Amino acid sequence: MTEHIATREAYGQELLALGAENPRIVVLDADLSGSTRTNLFARAYPERFFNMGIAEQDMMGFAAGLAAGGLIPFASTFAIFAAGRALEPVRNSIAYPRLNVKIAATHAGLSVGEDGASHQALEDVAWMRAVPNMTVLVPADATETRLATRAAAAAAGPFYLRLGRPAVPALFDSNYRFAVGRMNVLREGRDVAIVANGLMLAPALRAAETLAAEGIAAAVLNGSSVKPLDAETLLVWAARAGAVVTAEEHSVIGGLGSAVAETLAEGCPVPLARVGVRDSFGESGKPEALLAKYGLTAEAVAAAVRETVLRKK
Amino acid sequence: MNELEIKALARAVRRGVIRATAAAGSGHPGGSLSAADILAALYGGTMRADPARPDDPERDRFVLSKGHAAPALYAVLAERGYFPRSELTELRRVDGRLQGHPDMLKIPGVDASTGSLGQGLAIAAGLALAARVTGRAYRVYTLLGDGETAEGMVWEAAMAAAHYRLDNLTAIVDVNGLQIDGPTAKVMNSEPLDAKWAAFGWRVFDVDGHDPAALLAALAAARRTREQPAVLLARTIKGKGVSFMENRAEWHGKAPNAEQAAQALAELADGAA
Repeated sequence: MTEHIATREAYGQELLALGAENPRIVVLDADLSGSTRTNLFARAYPERFFNMGIAEQDMMGFAAGLAAGGLIPFASTFAIFAAGRALEPVRNSIAYPRLNVKIAATHAGLSVGEDGASHQALEDVAWMRAVPNMTVLVPADATETRLATRAAAAAAGPFYLRLGRPAVPALFDSNYRFAVGRMNVLREGRDVAIVANGLMLAPALRAAETLAAEGIAAAVLNGSSVKPLDAETLLVWAARAGAVVTAEEHSVIGGLGSAVAETLAEGCPVPLARVGVRDSFGESGKPEALLAKYGLTAEAVAAAVRETVLRKK
Repeated sequence: MNELEIKALARAVRRGVIRATAAAGSGHPGGSLSAADILAALYGGTMRADPARPDDPERDRFVLSKGHAAPALYAVLAERGYFPRSELTELRRVDGRLQGHPDMLKIPGVDASTGSLGQGLAIAAGLALAARVTGRAYRVYTLLGDGETAEGMVWEAAMAAAHYRLDNLTAIVDVNGLQIDGPTAKVMNSEPLDAKWAAFGWRVFDVDGHDPAALLAALAAARRTREQPAVLLARTIKGKGVSFMENRAEWHGKAPNAEQAAQALAELADGAA
């Protein structure tokens, strides 16, 4: 049986490992350390962990100062607060001076579940992607999260790491290679290219299986590096397949789907469909029920592919 | 620097503010002039900062939270030798280093990028916390406006700085009593500032923000304070030193024309009354 681990859990574990390797890593949280799993680091390195209380803007300001003082701060809270509440301090105090702050935002998307719309960030990738100097990563499983966390710690400059609440299936093993700005090709296919990230990558791979049985060969590309986006790989596969479908646990406005649409429109206009939340807020419910209601399933991806390949010239 | 030298530095800073904003045709002279003595006391007699080594990790840091007073910061940095005085007239020019609000990536001696009000105290507190984590002995200073204290983030940072007992952090509030739309007391009353900061766990010094001796004494007392951050409520006059700008809110964000600049510079000349 496939191992299921939440990306936030993998983040907490990797942060703990990084703490042992690099004394310059410090961690900030805004009263959610048990949920973001920064409590693992906090227990091991209490002198390098700072709980800022329920004050996300202040946390980002402190992070900016800690980075300016030569440290590598990881600042964690829920995505809605990290990217939403603290957006302007992140832009002006962190991104503008290109400070070495790593924002690791958990509980992104509908899969927050029962807490409902107020806590379900569906716009955070759009907000962060629009900010200059910001790198935006949306890893799909525990392995990729560990590698993305490590990549963020090793690289200079601000990062936004988007993580989820629920346990997700392991997709990658220890041979998996992650690089910022690279779109890994997980499956080849000549009829359509599916670009997915985060929690939607597993359903995208399942959709490709279903479609294969119907005679539609779908390539699956991992869009974990939303910014920078690997335009070269995307355009190669768009040209080869002649149709693209994106899938993300985010609004179709401003996220991976938009990034792909912008790149295709300028570089290789082919039929495109974006699977995501259609310009709406979420609501309370079990994560699986919400993902089904808002069309974030393997079936929805497969349906989008079927419609899109029909539009090919 | 002695008291007289700090006064002379403050006058030079004020002249720099006038020259820079007049050349730019925009900028914020009022709140730059009110802060001139504070900056002179910091850079002339308090901070350990070597213009020849602006990236020294042990240097004291300064964060201009009221970033619109950039002309005053640039002027004091130029006077101290971080960059040529002649560059002050390049303020706000395209391709120039002297941005309308401070950009730490462009100018040596600028320790934080600021301009959006309310954020500098948190950055300064983060820098102060970094000193503790890295075992460095530097101190951090930050200058806020009294109108700026309406920003909620100021109080988030005030709470956190006291919580973490950042006694290497000193904030100075330039209490000039005026903001863009008029008197701070009318726009959004920030008083009683002393009771507010004290309630947040800070040691409070109420000082004449145009008296170098009082500023130096309070900054020294702040430096000796243990286990809590300190704040100077520096009572100032907006537009200080230029007769027609003093206590006039309209000079918050308006540059002098050539004639006004000439008159201001005459009033600010060394040896002028």
